[in-house]
Amino acid sequence: MDHALLSAEKLTCIREGRILFDQLSFNICAGDLVQIEGPNGAGKTSLLRILAGLSRPYDGVVKFKQQDISRYRDQYYENLMYIGHLAGVKGELTADENLRFNLKIHGDNDQNISETLAKVNLTGFEDALASHLSAGQHRRVALARLWQSKAKIWILDEPFTAIDKAGVIELEQLFIQHVDNGGAVILTSHQDIQIGRDRLQRITLDYNFD
Amino acid sequence: MWKWLHPYAKPERSYQLATTLLPWFAISSIFCLSIGVVWGLAFAPVDYQQGESYRIIFIHVPAATLSLSTYMAMATAALVGMVWQLKLADAAAAAIAPIGAVLTAVALVTGAAWGKPMWGTWWIWDARLTTQLILLFIYLGIIALHSSFEDKVLAGRAAGILTLVGVINIPIIKYSVEWWNTLHQGATISKLDKPSMDSAMLIPLLINILGFALMIGALTLIRFRNEVIARNAMRPWVKELVALENK
Amino acid sequence: MNQSLSYWQTFLIVLKRDLQVAVRNKGDIFNPLIFFVIVITLFPLGIGSDSAILTRIAPGIIWVAALLSALLSLERLFKNDYLDGSLEQMLLSPQPLFIMVFAKVFAHWLLTGIPIIVVAPLLALLLHMEQSAYGAMLATLALGTPILSLIGGIGVALTVGIKKGGVLLSLLILPMYIPVLIFATSAIEAAALGMPFSGHLAIIGALLAGSLTLTPFAIGAALRVSTN
Repeated sequence: MDHALLSAEKLTCIREGRILFDQLSFNICAGDLVQIEGPNGAGKTSLLRILAGLSRPYDGVVKFKQQDISRYRDQYYENLMYIGHLAGVKGELTADENLRFNLKIHGDNDQNISETLAKVNLTGFEDALASHLSAGQHRRVALARLWQSKAKIWILDEPFTAIDKAGVIELEQLFIQHVDNGGAVILTSHQDIQIGRDRLQRITLDYNFD
Repeated sequence: MWKWLHPYAKPERSYQLATTLLPWFAISSIFCLSIGVVWGLAFAPVDYQQGESYRIIFIHVPAATLSLSTYMAMATAALVGMVWQLKLADAAAAAIAPIGAVLTAVALVTGAAWGKPMWGTWWIWDARLTTQLILLFIYLGIIALHSSFEDKVLAGRAAGILTLVGVINIPIIKYSVEWWNTLHQGATISKLDKPSMDSAMLIPLLINILGFALMIGALTLIRFRNEVIARNAMRPWVKELVALENK
Repeated sequence: MNQSLSYWQTFLIVLKRDLQVAVRNKGDIFNPLIFFVIVITLFPLGIGSDSAILTRIAPGIIWVAALLSALLSLERLFKNDYLDGSLEQMLLSPQPLFIMVFAKVFAHWLLTGIPIIVVAPLLALLLHMEQSAYGAMLATLALGTPILSLIGGIGVALTVGIKKGGVLLSLLILPMYIPVLIFATSAIEAAALGMPFSGHLAIIGALLAGSLTLTPFAIGAALRVSTN
């Protein structure tokens, strides 16, 4: 498809001699909100990492706007926001410094740090070292980037981990807003997504290995 | 290059190719080695200076000469693996590494054994021996790195990067060690600078070098086949192969 | 849309962050330095305090200790970043990877190489090094320690994802350090004998130039493998 933002073509992933998925193909277009589903060990994280270009698939290619991402990393990464299990937040830096660095290095606007931190309920914690924050707050420092991101594609691995109910709802609203503005969100989650269920598409990984 | 390589990018094809080539390499290496060894050890004339002890060169020289060539072969495979992202080339590089390490170790041990009658000591900080020792360390590093990754594809890529770093570094190390050696030179006897070698010694030596090279080829093919099978254990063609073997 | 950063800006942003992290984690700076000092004091204790012998082997001791302390400090170059996910984010940044890698290695050198250069004259004094060799020692350390950080970076990048990568790191890296060791110590020895050593320095300089241009790419490639 020509208008696909991100397309996976015949992806195969093998881990420890086990085939996690074989010849997996799909397209993700602007406006898609996609949840990757499957039991533990089905390869959800592996798939997200392959889509983000962090892992190389055993076979197959991932294309961003019809271009192989391993060849055109720069263009792809200007349009990608990936947040994995690890938050990418350094304990030795404050919330403010962490967010500022993460925004700068991804080429995003770092002018309104305190407003952005306010959006994730971290007002008053700007100057607290990230190692002193709770698990949920730590996660919020990482997620705060979403509010400033201009990236089209968001790939989020378990974004709701350690986030309270109110926070989950805010995030879900943000996802809907992002896809309405022509973005795409790919995520994994053990929790069911409440808002925008009608919009949600699912990719289920349940490869039968014998 | 890519067009030529392409059909062999399929594991089955390269497995079959290795299987076809293996007997040729094996038979010709056994042939060369038996001629070279028997000739060298039994019939070649005695050296007027070193007596019988010089005969170790029929093992030492082939091992020492080929240890570096083997590294270059491994590096070539690693480069192909990196540039064309060919997993099988990484597998070939991984197959070569231990063979190279053993060759280097053989060269060191035989060199030391030769040194005992020559210099009166097992070890001397001679430039060639020192370079061989460092080459052995580099081989061991590559093997250790390869074996510490669970995932064989990743292991191949990581070891490939290290191999290529080594390729740039080995000439520098070799040059610096030689320079260091001339600087700190004690009473070193240069052992291979003899003006000429009698052809009765040279011919069996050359045959042995060829035999060693063919043997390395054969061993590489055996190990390469194992690597391919191990990496594709879950593929149907391997299962068929196993079923065929068990019949 | 996106503000694009110049190479220089990217370099500064990463450098500033790494220095900030290190300043708040002072052990990272001081432990390798203390190690360097202790290793050097062990030699007279092991060999004896004969000043003629110490003078003779001082260049070698200082450089071997510098290699070992570089090795000890190298792991912090990428390990913590790997464990908290910032390495992943760095790899996903649209900024060129080699610049960020270069900034990190430069920060590592500032934090571990410079302190060694600063205390080295003091230790040379303890080892009764020839007066005339001090200049050569400082020059070789100034040119040589960045090479240790750069080449070491490849080793750390390759082993960062491995659980017990520390010992493996030394196996991978120490053989690669041999040329620097050889040329640096012989430069100092030449200076001690009152001979010219600019040729040695030129070779170390060439090694530095080579490492500066090649290693950031090798480190980048290695990081992409390690974070797979």
